[in-house]
Amino acid sequence: MHTKFSSEDIQFRDEVRAFMRDAYTPDLARRIASDKTFKDAQVEWEKKLYEKGWIAPHWPKEYGGAGWSIAQKFIYESERSAVGAPDVMPFGLKMLSSVILKFGSEAQKQRFLPKILSSDEWWCQGYSEPGAGSDLAALKTSAALDGDEYVVNGHKIWTSYAHNADWIFCLVRTSKEEKRQQGISFLLIDINTPGITIRPIVSIDGRHTLNEVFFDDVRVPKENMVGEPGKGWTYAKALLTHERSMAGVADSKRDLEQIRQWASEEVNGGQALLDDPTFSKRLTDVEIDLMALEFTELRSVAKAMKGEGPGTESSVLKIKGTEIQQAVQELRMDIAGYYGAVVQGELSSHEVGHDFGSSAREKYMYGRAASLYGGSNEIQRNIIAKFVLGL
Amino acid sequence: MDFDLSPEQRMLQESVSRFVQDAYDFETRTKVIAADAGSDDKLWQQFARLGWLAVPFAEDLGGIGGSAVDLMVIMEEFGKGLVAEPYVVNTLLFGGLLGQSQNHSIFSSLIERIIAGELQGAFAFLERQSRFELFDVTTRAEKDDNRFILNGEKTLVMNGAAAEQIIVLARTGGKQCHELGTTLFVVDANAEGIEKTGVRLMDGQKVANIQFNNVVVSAQSIVGAVDHAAPLVREVVARASLALCAEAVGIMEKLYTTTVEYTKVRKQFGVAIGSFQTLQHRMADMFIEYEQAKSLLYRTVCSIDEQADDIEKNILALKVMVGRAGKLIGGDAIQLHGGMGLTDELDVGHYVKRLMMINTMFGDADYSQKKFAQIMAA
Repeated sequence: MHTKFSSEDIQFRDEVRAFMRDAYTPDLARRIASDKTFKDAQVEWEKKLYEKGWIAPHWPKEYGGAGWSIAQKFIYESERSAVGAPDVMPFGLKMLSSVILKFGSEAQKQRFLPKILSSDEWWCQGYSEPGAGSDLAALKTSAALDGDEYVVNGHKIWTSYAHNADWIFCLVRTSKEEKRQQGISFLLIDINTPGITIRPIVSIDGRHTLNEVFFDDVRVPKENMVGEPGKGWTYAKALLTHERSMAGVADSKRDLEQIRQWASEEVNGGQALLDDPTFSKRLTDVEIDLMALEFTELRSVAKAMKGEGPGTESSVLKIKGTEIQQAVQELRMDIAGYYGAVVQGELSSHEVGHDFGSSAREKYMYGRAASLYGGSNEIQRNIIAKFVLGL
Repeated sequence: MDFDLSPEQRMLQESVSRFVQDAYDFETRTKVIAADAGSDDKLWQQFARLGWLAVPFAEDLGGIGGSAVDLMVIMEEFGKGLVAEPYVVNTLLFGGLLGQSQNHSIFSSLIERIIAGELQGAFAFLERQSRFELFDVTTRAEKDDNRFILNGEKTLVMNGAAAEQIIVLARTGGKQCHELGTTLFVVDANAEGIEKTGVRLMDGQKVANIQFNNVVVSAQSIVGAVDHAAPLVREVVARASLALCAEAVGIMEKLYTTTVEYTKVRKQFGVAIGSFQTLQHRMADMFIEYEQAKSLLYRTVCSIDEQADDIEKNILALKVMVGRAGKLIGGDAIQLHGGMGLTDELDVGHYVKRLMMINTMFGDADYSQKKFAQIMAA
């Protein structure tokens, strides 16, 4: 039992560290943080990774992936978060690609993977519907075969970045079966096809990342179906496990260091917030939880290095990881105090009070999503009860 | 990076777990702790024969020089079996102070006897007023030529009733709570002026309040350096805390698995109560807390074996988490067992009481968290 990495891995870590330091500039960080410049700046960042050959660590080399080991992927993620650089947009590069690589046709691989890799085509995920949230198999959006095309009708919701996307991958119902999961298929749809309407949903952080997507007699070539009709549920499930294993340990670690710094500077009547026993208790609760979660993640990585998993520990990582993220957001909001209420906008063209007040509020408000997406934390507890505890 | 046990460690694990299975069922344990000594000499001899008593000692002292992982393996299994034998106090506290002191060579015959299972020892640190401050010491050792005269009282001395030799933390200088001015003496338990009162604790162990009335000890019985007991005591207590936390993780595993099994067979409203979602989510939380505590335990043992610079921080964090997770898992284990959880007959309550004892030992979760915060702010 030991925590050491090999000397090759340590060499790799130094290389990643140097790259991140140089490539992720403060100017880029600023533009990624703003709604108006987000997409261009994010594409610019992803292209830097693409040119370095690091954009798709988990893809096989023949499709342009980095072919990294589990340890290398882990090191890369840690170094990326350490400088605060954003992850790549996951929808194409992480989610859809894993389905296409495993279940897609050769033609689909050739058509879609290169443009995902170069960030020239952005994807979004069409799963949830007004009547199908945690109970995803209740989805109703239908795709009926008409000649060489599927005709899609329905309504998707909570679609992140649909307004930035070129394509959407959808779960659609192609037949009515006794078992609801069996009639579901996995369809790739050009978002500019006639009949698609995107309606923005402004979330409680005041920003626009979520959307509703309406499908009204949308005609999709039948070669855009991944795998076999009726097998979409199986493909989608493989993808959800991936979403859950994002515990965000390195990001939370960085956030907590920042919080500790702020809390030592903020004072109430001359006493630093950090020296307030009540605040100190809350902060150290989260720090200790994160110290443990870091090793829950390492245990999972070590298992993966031996070719085991990802197993049921992904639910533990998802629940604890998001609980910690939300606790971090609360601490940040509380440190900001009055200034956490400040809304930056046209009336306040410069930062008022603390420069982190407005972003603390946005992160706090939007952060409520973390315990919902990727299978809500209540669903994760159901999964633990059923698959780990055998209840 | 690798969190698997080595083949030798797996053998050690199997050997302890087999002992628990074959020779230490709940009924046997109940008999052992009901006996006057609170432990069983025959079982202790078995520990010696199996080599477990040698694990914590350095090789040049006749030990095995075991790692923190080795110790964790033994203690987790002891936890699962709720083993009440005084392993931590004999080998890690009493033996640890002797073996890790700078003058350990003069104690080699005592250490040999510990490893052979022939000597029971104790470490008297607690006083009525001291709570968790190890160096809040009022028991005095006055120098008188080349000997010392001990006066004072130590409370709840673990293994104090059975111990043949007792290491006493006494004040030789400085003020009441100062680290400097504390000294360790190894004292014969039958020396003149020693008065013991046996006390039973909730986890079944037999401890003693010990009065020292003008007890004469020679200067040769000093363990470590005069006035400078603190670094040695801290080092030894840290290792003992780690061992207790490993024991607690073993107990938590036992409690959450026992609870899950019980809810699969207990029927109400015509179905197994484990089918109710409220209970499922509580058990999922017990499992998550157990996994987190285990992860922090791994973090801590690895940092010790790799001589990392965050050992103290890790041990304190672990103590906090074990305290809190222990309360959650212990509380829910009783609740989900319903009325049965309240009975003395069922083992659940006994596991919970041991978890509560471990939380208190050497500083509870609140106290450890305060210390943790101090380190983080430094």
